[in-house]
Amino acid sequence: MKVLVTVKEVAEPDDDFAIEGTDIAASDLEYDLNEWDDYAIEAAVQLAEAGIADEVVAVTIGPERAEETIRMALAKGADRAVRVWDDAFEAGFSDVAAKVTTFEAVVEAEEPDLVLGGVQAADTGFGATGVALAERIGFEHAAVVNDLEVDADAGVAHVHRELEGGVEELTDVDLPAVLTVQTGLNEPRYASLRGIRQAQRKEIDATDLSDLGLSADDVESALTIASMYEPESESDAEMIEGDAGESASRLAEVLREKGVSA
Amino acid sequence: MSVLVVAEHRRGELRDVSYEAITAGRELADARDGDLHVAAIGGDLDRFAEDLNREGVDAVHAVGNGEEFDHNVYQSAVGALLEETDAGTVVIPNSVNGLDYAPAVAEAHDLPLVTDAIGFEYDDGLTVTREMYGSKVETTVDVAGDRFVLTVRGGEWAPAEGVGDATVESVEVDHPESGARVTGFEEVGSGDVDIADADVLVSVGRGIEEEENLELVEELADALGATLSASRPIVDNGWLPKNRQVGQSGKVVTPDVYIAVGISGAVQHVAGMKGSDTIIAINTDPNAPIFDIADYGIVGDLFDVVPELIDEFA
Repeated sequence: MKVLVTVKEVAEPDDDFAIEGTDIAASDLEYDLNEWDDYAIEAAVQLAEAGIADEVVAVTIGPERAEETIRMALAKGADRAVRVWDDAFEAGFSDVAAKVTTFEAVVEAEEPDLVLGGVQAADTGFGATGVALAERIGFEHAAVVNDLEVDADAGVAHVHRELEGGVEELTDVDLPAVLTVQTGLNEPRYASLRGIRQAQRKEIDATDLSDLGLSADDVESALTIASMYEPESESDAEMIEGDAGESASRLAEVLREKGVSA
Repeated sequence: MSVLVVAEHRRGELRDVSYEAITAGRELADARDGDLHVAAIGGDLDRFAEDLNREGVDAVHAVGNGEEFDHNVYQSAVGALLEETDAGTVVIPNSVNGLDYAPAVAEAHDLPLVTDAIGFEYDDGLTVTREMYGSKVETTVDVAGDRFVLTVRGGEWAPAEGVGDATVESVEVDHPESGARVTGFEEVGSGDVDIADADVLVSVGRGIEEEENLELVEELADALGATLSASRPIVDNGWLPKNRQVGQSGKVVTPDVYIAVGISGAVQHVAGMKGSDTIIAINTDPNAPIFDIADYGIVGDLFDVVPELIDEFA
């Protein structure tokens, strides 16, 4: 079977950052593979190593800069990658439907049996693309999966869904399916030097919307970011100043007042 | 235009977010001169319908399909209620199960979706307040059109109270045979130690960097007679067992003293410890959200501060 992994390059602000307009200044952002997607890649590669998946394809919506990130997926064991970008995505904040429309076109071309992606992206935190994609392409789905066993012969994925409060739901999901992967599902590997070398030779298919038979109108977003600001700190904490020794000594005083002692 | 709120329940109990979603839904309905419809889908419907009939609720729809959550049933039920009522808007708790069907509802009915709302305003249209970049910033998001699906974060709206005079309607909906079948539940995180019983917790997060550095916080916990707990990344890495995890998917704790060491304070973590009597945070990032709920804070390197603190109690 074929596994498609959706991957996002996410932006992480530096400790000190400035807001310019409706986003954080580009110079104050670092880019990295989305943490949740790292677990999705690992799950897909493990399926390939177990002989369950014949091919693992990573797909991302991102500018040329994102090639570094998608190459990480290749270095960790994905067979090839598709990167979709278009001027239309530069116009503003893409909503879930715009991403789903793009991924739908990739799914039509790739015909995967299983789509894996992270539960959410660390930067935007919508947590919605996977489940919406499943609805669009007529796949079954399960959100927030933290245990996965695929029975390809039976066409079923046995999953645990991590609910709140230390409870897991055990669910059998018919394939084809989209599963959104929670951190902790596995132990994502570091790319080996050999993997990194091999990734240089693997194919990244760079496409735009017209290659996928889409136009800018198809990815028009219903959402606009109107403002961005740092929330006012609600802190009324007593901030303990001084060097490590001084602050530890003041903190010890506080702890003793609260009755803490071994 | 009316608003439909979908209640959430699990294993026979309505979850608190259901009442909070009713409050959010009532605000929206008021802004749009509409009615507030609430759907209870599956489970003990007579009891749920009575409990959900809070002040401001105009109609409760009790959808009699199954006991536990099944996203196919929820999707079909919400679809049927969108057709049956004049509700053009759906409010759903931003929970693990909410996010297992809300995006599909939005997709199926071609409605814009905004998740994890922490506030909103409605004038000519909807403007949602939500966080981005791991709670470091807030954004306001304008939504095109007057129909949409909104998921609301728990703990941001007060729970609806009182008793309303809602009509109660029983509904059965047709739904496709489910391709996702719940076979059971598992409690995780039981074990030798129950961190929920501890009076003093030393809780360690990503700032500890390496597994071998855990010795340092173990030593601190010993020196203070405290129990060791952790935030999610430590448990994801397998450095401590699941029964030590504080947060939404782990344990909710309310000790006398909670010492957060190298924990930034993501919303999922805070949900599990904000009820502690005294919260102490040690973190290098002065903007870390943990300081927003702390009573005492030290902006500093845990590797400098913790050894000194151990010495104080040696």
